[in-house]
Amino acid sequence: MKYVDEYRDQKVAEKLAVEIRRAATRHWTIMEVCGGQTHSIVKYGIDYLLPKEVELVHGPGCPVCVTPLEMIDRAHAIARRPDVIFCSFGDMLRVPGSTGDLFQVKAAGGDVRIVYSPLDCLKIAAANPKKTVVFFAIGFETTAPANAMAVWQAKAQSIRNFSVLVSHVLVPPAIAAILESPDNRVQAFLGPGHVCAVMGHREYAPIGSRYRTPIVITGFEPLDLLEGTLMAVRQLEQGRSEVENQYARAVDPEGNIGAQQMVRRMFEVCDRAWRGIGIIPQSGYRLKDEFCDYDAEQIFELGLIHAPEPAICISGQVLTGLRKPHDCPAFAKGCTPQNPLGATMVSAEGACAAYYNYGRHLVALPSGRERA
Amino acid sequence: MALSFTLSCPLPVTRHEAIVLGHGSGGRLTSQLVHELFLPAFDNPALRKLDDQAVLNVPPGRIAMTTDSYVVTPLFFPGGDIGHLAVNGTVNDLAMSGAKPLYLTAAFIIEEGLALEDLQRVVHSMARAAEDAGVSIVTGDTKVVNRGSADKLFITTAGVGLVPDGVSISASNAHPGDVVIVSGPIGDHGITIWSTREGIDLAGSLKSDTAPLHALVEAMVGAGEVHVLRDPTRGGLGTSLCEIAGGSGVGIELEASAVPVREEVRAACEILGMDPLFVANEGRLLAMVAESSAEAVLHAMRTAPHGREACSIGRVVVDHPGMVLLRTEIGGSRILDMPFAEQLPRIC
Amino acid sequence: MRMGRIDYGGITRDACLEYIPDPQIGDYVMVHVGFAISKVDPEEAARTYRYLSELGELDELTMPETT
Repeated sequence: MKYVDEYRDQKVAEKLAVEIRRAATRHWTIMEVCGGQTHSIVKYGIDYLLPKEVELVHGPGCPVCVTPLEMIDRAHAIARRPDVIFCSFGDMLRVPGSTGDLFQVKAAGGDVRIVYSPLDCLKIAAANPKKTVVFFAIGFETTAPANAMAVWQAKAQSIRNFSVLVSHVLVPPAIAAILESPDNRVQAFLGPGHVCAVMGHREYAPIGSRYRTPIVITGFEPLDLLEGTLMAVRQLEQGRSEVENQYARAVDPEGNIGAQQMVRRMFEVCDRAWRGIGIIPQSGYRLKDEFCDYDAEQIFELGLIHAPEPAICISGQVLTGLRKPHDCPAFAKGCTPQNPLGATMVSAEGACAAYYNYGRHLVALPSGRERA
Repeated sequence: MALSFTLSCPLPVTRHEAIVLGHGSGGRLTSQLVHELFLPAFDNPALRKLDDQAVLNVPPGRIAMTTDSYVVTPLFFPGGDIGHLAVNGTVNDLAMSGAKPLYLTAAFIIEEGLALEDLQRVVHSMARAAEDAGVSIVTGDTKVVNRGSADKLFITTAGVGLVPDGVSISASNAHPGDVVIVSGPIGDHGITIWSTREGIDLAGSLKSDTAPLHALVEAMVGAGEVHVLRDPTRGGLGTSLCEIAGGSGVGIELEASAVPVREEVRAACEILGMDPLFVANEGRLLAMVAESSAEAVLHAMRTAPHGREACSIGRVVVDHPGMVLLRTEIGGSRILDMPFAEQLPRIC
Repeated sequence: MRMGRIDYGGITRDACLEYIPDPQIGDYVMVHVGFAISKVDPEEAARTYRYLSELGELDELTMPETT
């Protein structure tokens, strides 16, 4: 595939790894923020190509992982209702709430459907006028324009049996929260490529300069991640703290203005709870009050749901780069993708799940740095 | 095939366009179905007797036996239908031991209301597939269940074949040094089914790879020392490799860039966030072959039916026993581990 | 709502093009959950590709300094 295969070239990957080895004179800790990047790093074994001086840690970039337990329970409560068709992206279906997951809700008779786009829900709503269709609208800023358009279209087409359960999260406040923490080890970030394709990267400059941290907006293919890491290492070595755009083929500094306008029209910024981290102020989106007819949280009065997390789970520390999955006593023992205890094991892109699925609990692989 | 019937009792037996409960009751409607559909389609001496069982001549030697159920939805898809899968799948299970497939059984569980035309189409596919594979469907059964109690049509088969003397092929038989071979591109069947279910346009020529592989196996066994054969259906190539590594207590090293995957399958997997290594196949085999035989076996495969695109993709090793190590496209490494359930489409 | 047909290398699916100003047949786009969110800038892609290719082609000894 054009614009994909070129960024998986092995010769170039090796050369980039050599360049990184050359550039790094001391230990640096770099965090990648987006779940898709975590997945790519583990899938291609990219961190094994890096010198031991350069440590990649994984950030809270998986929206499935950071959706709070209370919100999952809310979703399940709605999905159980006989008058509801509950629609969600596939990766949310296996996330366990306090009492099972959406597959179990489905097996017990709930109408739960996987969709590939929020627009699919509008078709389902039109085809099922006697039911109410609820879409689980989770995601970062990348998905917000799609969800915004779905609600906008629903209103424009007078579709009355559709609503969204919103749990959007924003990246810049999360990065700032990580940098604020007194335990923080992260010295540079690989910024989220697709989030920035929508939002641009202007909002990262103040964060970078305030905390004197380089931020390199990076893509998802192996060569993107390696090039982004190289750019970050060079900044760190040179004492710079700028925002650089490795993913310039898809990211414009101003982002996608049309998408941003639609998002601003439909959503407003609010405080959000991040599973494993806690409440980060002004770190989420909610539907504006004028669209309350489409806001599932308002339509379905569910009362207060309190959902305690298992105490053993250290996902908060994994999400903020303080610990690695195999540092957790429960990793691959009590906590597995079949039986996840916390945020970072529930989705394929969570760091713990990625490590588990790619077998890192099974053996220590020879690293590129040792082979070279 | 047009249905015709002679009235043999005072009550008129009306023409049905759909299967009704009566077709499974064992009475006249069942008999009509057997005589007018199954028997002409599958025709062979054992079946013609229509006894409760088939009495067969089986040459002396070791018998291979297998059973399978087919519940695929949709029933019809590019490249075949549930009937093709039922025959080819059973033939292949037998062929993976090196056996010559001989006889099949076919039990049908039909949902009330299935269009007769659909059943006819499936049965004729099975007849053609059986003929291509050189096997006979010698006995069967038909049940009809209430609407909603089955998803249109379920087919259960059993198969019997003869294992030649001296042939010893098993998942526990992999030797360090063996070359790992796959007979063609992976993931075609799973992605075809997914695309058909979702109504996705396949711009190219992607279709299910369902095919009988016994002739391919015969060519391979004749050309060299074959230790392991597996047809990677549910769970895909990756799952089969993990099972063999565990079963034989060996390690396997796989070159990601050597594994053949069609462009459309790759594209679909990119969109879905699935791994082609874990997508189902229905006409491919995985083999582990003694190093000294590898070239000869590959050569024989490429001129045998359904083996044209055979290639080597890895090696059996002594290291990391029980585990499959994948060398990635960019020179990194990771362990291949079985997913615990079917892959869910990823979005992000 | 403006929709378009996207070719993913043999598989085609529709996606919403409302967020792409002035889409043209032949444009490459990033698609996320059924929405095209960004056009691939061919010049930027070519620049990156050239840099990466040169990196891949060059011998270790003659590796140039890059900013």
